[in-house]
Amino acid sequence: MLTLAHFLILGALLFAVAVAGIFLNRKNLIVLLMSIELMLLAVNMNFVAFSRFLGDSHGQAFVFFVLAVAAAEAAVGLAILILLFRNLRSIHVDDLSALKG
Amino acid sequence: MHGMTLLFYGFSAILLYAACRVVSARNPVHAVLHLILAFFTAACLWMLLEAEFLALALIMVYIGAVMVLFLFVVMMLDIDLARLRQSFWRYFPLGAGVGILVALEMGLTLGSRFFREQSLAALPSRAAEASNTRELGALLVTDYAYPFELAALVLLAAIVGAVALTYRKSFLRRSPDPERQVRVSAADRLRLVSMPAEKEEDGVC
Repeated sequence: MLTLAHFLILGALLFAVAVAGIFLNRKNLIVLLMSIELMLLAVNMNFVAFSRFLGDSHGQAFVFFVLAVAAAEAAVGLAILILLFRNLRSIHVDDLSALKG
Repeated sequence: MHGMTLLFYGFSAILLYAACRVVSARNPVHAVLHLILAFFTAACLWMLLEAEFLALALIMVYIGAVMVLFLFVVMMLDIDLARLRQSFWRYFPLGAGVGILVALEMGLTLGSRFFREQSLAALPSRAAEASNTRELGALLVTDYAYPFELAALVLLAAIVGAVALTYRKSFLRRSPDPERQVRVSAADRLRLVSMPAEKEEDGVC
């Protein structure tokens, strides 16, 4: 029997993997961005599951907005990444110390 | 509905495997490719939940645009992989510990009896009465009309921001600059060089 708990726990596991990924790859800016994408996917999974089980499509409208904002975030994040690489020739987090006092 | 449960577990296994590979892959290109697999599998799961429009939007918008953007960027950058991976195993116990803790806490909360009362198979299917796209579209232009416009503005701001950040004037612009053309003086175009006079025998005059 497939219940709401199945989908919620799947979302929780996905979120946990993404959190672990942020800890593991804290020096690699690209994988940090990808972990954030995974987190948003986990949240969207919860929204869609609740929307189906409560019979309410407002949850799907929220997923729509999360997708739009996530796409904008990815575009600007990658633009900043390219700019950093052009100036520093590296995307190592330790090299980004220009604002350090 | 035994088949649906089987599909759910199959897709979940693929999704979690892909997510683990995203965070553990040595090569960022492999990580992006596994992220594409994760999004595709999530779209399949959303199909099970009768969110057809969002599933297709995820494939088209996310895999078709955002992930391809990621792939371009990752392949364009020349990254020192060894240096980026240095601290991976040092932070592994901490990362795995926090991940397991988050999963346990959320599992204990979300696995409660409250969320297990209704089965997916027992829910009335809404596919017959109205199409999912029509339903979502009606919602977006009525209840969420204002947020919808704001989302469009956010995307516009992202476009302008991304272009402004990465635009390189001297590199991209091939057309002449009219202002510089007007302000040009003879000294910019012509260079007078004083050279020693040569003998007539060389025949160059």
